Amino acid sequence: MGGSVMGQIIQYIQSYLSSDKTPGSAGNMFWALVYIMLVFGGLSVAVIAMNWLERKILAHMQVRLGPMRVGPHGLLQPIADAIKLLLKEDIMPAEADGFVFWMAPLIVVLAAFTVFVVVPFGPTHAVTDMNIGILFMLGVSSLSVLGIVMAGWASNSHYPLIGALRSSAQMVSYEVAMGLAVVSAILMTSLNATGTGTLSMIGIVQAQQAQGEWFIFKFFPLGLIAFFIFAVAMVAETNRAPFDLAEAESELTAGFHTEYSGFRWSLFFLAEYSAMIAVSSIAVTLWLGGWLRPFPNLLSGTPWDQIFSLFPGVTFLFFAAICFYNTVRMPKHPLFRIQTIGLAGFGAVLGLIGLVLFVPAVSIRIQDIFWFSAKVAGFMYLYIWYRGTFPRYRFDQLMQMGWKVLLPLGLGVLILTASVALLQQKIWHP
Amino acid sequence: MLHITTLHYLILGAALFLLGVIGVLTRRNVVIVLMSIELILNAVNLNLVAFSHYWQGMPARLGGGPLALHGQIFSIFVITDAAAEAAVGLGILIAFFRNKETVNIDEVNLLKW
Amino acid sequence: MAPVATPFFFYLFAAIMLIGGILVITRKNAVHSALALIVALLAQASLYLMLYAPFVAGVQIILYAGGIMVLFLFVIMLVSIERSMKERQFNSQWVVGIIAATALGGLFIAVYAKGRDIFPDGVSTIMEGDNTQKVANLLYGQYMFAFEIASLLLLVAIIGAVVMAKKRI
Repeated sequence: MGGSVMGQIIQYIQSYLSSDKTPGSAGNMFWALVYIMLVFGGLSVAVIAMNWLERKILAHMQVRLGPMRVGPHGLLQPIADAIKLLLKEDIMPAEADGFVFWMAPLIVVLAAFTVFVVVPFGPTHAVTDMNIGILFMLGVSSLSVLGIVMAGWASNSHYPLIGALRSSAQMVSYEVAMGLAVVSAILMTSLNATGTGTLSMIGIVQAQQAQGEWFIFKFFPLGLIAFFIFAVAMVAETNRAPFDLAEAESELTAGFHTEYSGFRWSLFFLAEYSAMIAVSSIAVTLWLGGWLRPFPNLLSGTPWDQIFSLFPGVTFLFFAAICFYNTVRMPKHPLFRIQTIGLAGFGAVLGLIGLVLFVPAVSIRIQDIFWFSAKVAGFMYLYIWYRGTFPRYRFDQLMQMGWKVLLPLGLGVLILTASVALLQQKIWHP
Repeated sequence: MLHITTLHYLILGAALFLLGVIGVLTRRNVVIVLMSIELILNAVNLNLVAFSHYWQGMPARLGGGPLALHGQIFSIFVITDAAAEAAVGLGILIAFFRNKETVNIDEVNLLKW
Repeated sequence: MAPVATPFFFYLFAAIMLIGGILVITRKNAVHSALALIVALLAQASLYLMLYAPFVAGVQIILYAGGIMVLFLFVIMLVSIERSMKERQFNSQWVVGIIAATALGGLFIAVYAKGRDIFPDGVSTIMEGDNTQKVANLLYGQYMFAFEIASLLLLVAIIGAVVMAKKRI
């Protein structure tokens, strides 16, 4: 009796493994929960890594070193920051509205994390594949504006209020430009035999696979301009440099999260990085081919497939080589012994992961996830690069660009894309 | 009671409609009156979408079938109208507030004899 | 995917909507009312998903919860609230209002009790695989004129709201 129940449970757990649908579409709740845990864990690791990467890369762009003290080359700095934030005193302003003050960071974090339900890491590697995937992502990420408005209002002080009003006005304005760019890309999914497009994230990448080119190169230069509009709008949407007037320290003392300290502030910070990764995922899925490897039809065939399948292992081995090189360059002083051993250990772990990724059984499954993550990592690097390079936009310049430049450009690209798509469907493939 | 039919959704819509009507008739704050109007429009939307789902199960010769999504189209238009009306209503509120510094509708009585 | 635990989810979301509605009309603080309305709107989007209308649910989240409620919160923040929280909340004709609402409620109960047998027992379970495509076919086909009129309406609303809220015309 117990054996058959265990057998049934094991059979249910294993029933999904050879499916060709996402766990949500297949109705398998256990695997859906496993995927949710994996996405949540991966996202937390990514946010921690982003914290360290941002400080180190910005520092190297400004010809300084960044955090070097906490771990070898500052690798344990995010953990030290997290411990500090958890132990800080939790202040609430006296006249603040307690319930709204408490709810605001929750709403921002919820909105930033819920979008990852539909992000596709592979043809079956998403938690679920909703029919309205891209609509869901745009809608839920627009709920974070509510959290920001509530945070500014509940702090009962004028810096946060002005910061929240400016920040939410900026986010709402650039959502319009984002929406138009997204519609241009969705239009390109309908250039198939039946003439029916799709809003589902996995369907968009499969449309790029079927048409044989990434949408960024389609109807050149229309795909490129749409991608450019989205790339600018997504930086403004997440309140990052050069559009970070609402939270810059020299302007408004920290904008809408001035009165937040400790763990609540870290929730805003977590939500900001998650939102960055989420909109980068949208850009990668819509224009850069999602989980497809580069040059799908230009360099096709089995030898090129094998070469490209070596990339995950080679990447991790490259990082391990950098770690070992820096270990050798560490100062030969007894006080640095622990750091040297730590860095060598970290390099060894990276090398081990790289070697595991060469095993064919793992390599086949990891391809899609690796290419998607590599493209999103490229976008994260671009975010940090923008922060180190561009001066800040003044608020009226920001709003002017959102409404007077990006919106007409988006409309123009949409009309031209629709016209070219119609001509292609009617004249070249009647 | 346990099997959810169209009637359940209709009763829920009616209850929301009643709550909205009570809000419009009894509150003094203009913003809360406008929000009660949004509740009323939402109740109407729920009715429309529930009926659209009911019609999808009806045979096609009676006007139903899987393509009978007229209720959903109607509800999209209602949402659009609600957005337009909320924008204009709040604009009027701001214009009035600039003149009289109050948000109570029973003080909007300049034309009263 | 087959529907699971439909009565539980329906009663859960119905309870959230009703509690949200009651909070909207009874709170003193307009910001709390707006938050309760947001919760009710999100619960309604979930009910739309249960009614196999995913596109309308997406539109509800984007437009209603993410657009109209942000507008409401902006205006509540611009209009001073502290003074209005200390004033009387319910107007002087609330008795007549409650009587009218009760009459309306009685009318609803009478209509629904009489027409209870019209609706069949089963509710259809249409898989929503291509709901968006069907909505698009109807919207840009049969209802094209209404679509254009709605866009004109939005244009008029934009101009009207800007003109109303400007300081000097």
